[in-house]
Amino acid sequence: MNTGLYIDFEKPVIELEKRIDEMRELATDENLELGREIRLLEHKLKKLREETFSRLTRWQRIQLARHPLRPYAAEYIELMTTDYIALHGDRAFADDRALIGGFAKLDELPVMVIGQQKGRTTKEKLAHNFGMCHPEGYRKALRLMRLAARFGRPILILIDTPGAFPGIGAEERGQAEAIARNIRDMAQLETPIVVVVIGEGASGGALGVGIGDRVLMLENSWYSVIGPEACAAILWKDHPNPVEKAPDAAEALRPTAQDVKEFGIIDDVLAEPLGGAHRDPETQALTIKKAVLARFQELSALPVVELIRQRHEKYRKMGKFSE
Amino acid sequence: MEWFRKNKERLVRQEKKTIPDGIWTKCTSCGEIVYGRELERLLWVCPACHYHFQIRYNQYIALLLDDGKLDEFDASLSSVDPLHFEDRISYPERISKTQQKTGINDAIICGIGRIDGRTISFGVMDFSFIGGSMGSVVGEKVARAIERSLDRRIPLVLISCSGGARMQEGIYSLMQMAKTCVLLAELREAKIPYISVLTNPTTGGVTASFASLGDVIVAEPQALVGFAGPRVIRQTIRQELPEGFQSSEFIRDHGFLDIIAPRAELRKTLSLLLEYMCGPQAGIHQSLKEGPAT
Ligand SMILES: [Zn+2]
Repeated sequence: MNTGLYIDFEKPVIELEKRIDEMRELATDENLELGREIRLLEHKLKKLREETFSRLTRWQRIQLARHPLRPYAAEYIELMTTDYIALHGDRAFADDRALIGGFAKLDELPVMVIGQQKGRTTKEKLAHNFGMCHPEGYRKALRLMRLAARFGRPILILIDTPGAFPGIGAEERGQAEAIARNIRDMAQLETPIVVVVIGEGASGGALGVGIGDRVLMLENSWYSVIGPEACAAILWKDHPNPVEKAPDAAEALRPTAQDVKEFGIIDDVLAEPLGGAHRDPETQALTIKKAVLARFQELSALPVVELIRQRHEKYRKMGKFSE
Repeated sequence: MEWFRKNKERLVRQEKKTIPDGIWTKCTSCGEIVYGRELERLLWVCPACHYHFQIRYNQYIALLLDDGKLDEFDASLSSVDPLHFEDRISYPERISKTQQKTGINDAIICGIGRIDGRTISFGVMDFSFIGGSMGSVVGEKVARAIERSLDRRIPLVLISCSGGARMQEGIYSLMQMAKTCVLLAELREAKIPYISVLTNPTTGGVTASFASLGDVIVAEPQALVGFAGPRVIRQTIRQELPEGFQSSEFIRDHGFLDIIAPRAELRKTLSLLLEYMCGPQAGIHQSLKEGPAT
């Protein structure tokens, strides 16, 4: 796979892959010499991949979470579900395309699936506002979740946002209220909720659709109170170009799936194919589907009252302090 | 566990401190020069432009609660450093310096007090403690304040003043939004009133959690209230922000705030609201049957 879209540290791997592909095109049955060289290079590639991807820094993981080829919510819905029927609108103001959702089937299980959608091409990015919801996005999500709860369907949420949109209209229409209300009302929804952070989980923008009975994160996703660039701008405010310090801020914030799991905030980390989800979206989708179905199975055993009690207890306990 | 927490209580009573005559303050908003005693008499509100100076937790206790008295709970809660956060100074050092400077352990003070004889669970934030930022301690203290309301069936009043979540506690800070909102869901189900008071500024994670979920929301005039800070918005959209954007008046006009109460009227406003939302719930039929007093 080579589309010319890669991040710096992937470059040696991508280039070697490209070279092998080119040699394969030239190789014929008679040209044994070339075949041997390809096998050598393949061996080298395997080692290089392992070296590059097995010990990623926090910043590298964040780069993978933002990879231009990373699968977005719509692709996972396409790959994981059947009979998806998209629903639109918050019944108050608009249809926010930064958040998509509707009924779908996970194998045979009917669910409500909701996802923050970034968009691939420039046109799509603009249409989906780069995955940054306005208040109407959060209200649409709550509407769909209530709909699901009323008809006894479990809810799957795919989080992928660089943040709730900071703009004039968003403030006018109550961005803060929309997020706060979602958090409060998700706590009471009488149906199982499984949340998967598939890319970026930036602050309140993510948490506004992030309350769940089980919260999972993909191996190269991140979830924190602030993004590394914004954090760097605060910490290094005297620096001529604080964005350069984003990798340091990423270390300080400990926002990777591994960090957040260690803190006990999420339930599990889902493995990604070596090199990231974009290198094998089908396998990634299958991993997510299996994990989500297993969690729904587990949660379906709980009576609703118990489900909600456990959900409350889980969030009640979060925090570290001395007394 | 309420009995256990109770022995942590500490009495906070606010003595009126007298400001010497000669000290004056320049109004941040209009530049008017106001003398100290005069400013204190005016509850730190500029006589020329009605700008409300930021005041501290103890001043709100003195202003709002009967006898200026709060039975403080959970005073010993203190931040730890779960991320080993590396800043110019370490987070534990920042915390201990701020504690020394401000005389409080974290950015909120909570307890039980009374307004016109009515017992309430009360919390007031203090901006001088790392910008009133919410980390685990603020989240836990708000959670316990809500639990005190639930356990004793008394109304909740929270005075917010915050720049948002506390970055140094990372994802733990974010989850305090969840913790407080989940408990407010229980308060709502229990039909116990919650009045949220917004002061200058209330932004970020505090606005996007408990501060926006009052049954009734009250704000001081001209307070900055919003989700994203104006600087971030300006940088994102690359245009100037409209006059009065994100002020109390702006959010009231857009439907997210019930009442703007000048500081001098705040106590009276809270008292009246509590009267309407508490007390015997005879219901409309009962009230009508009894008829007006003759
Ligand atoms: Zn003034």
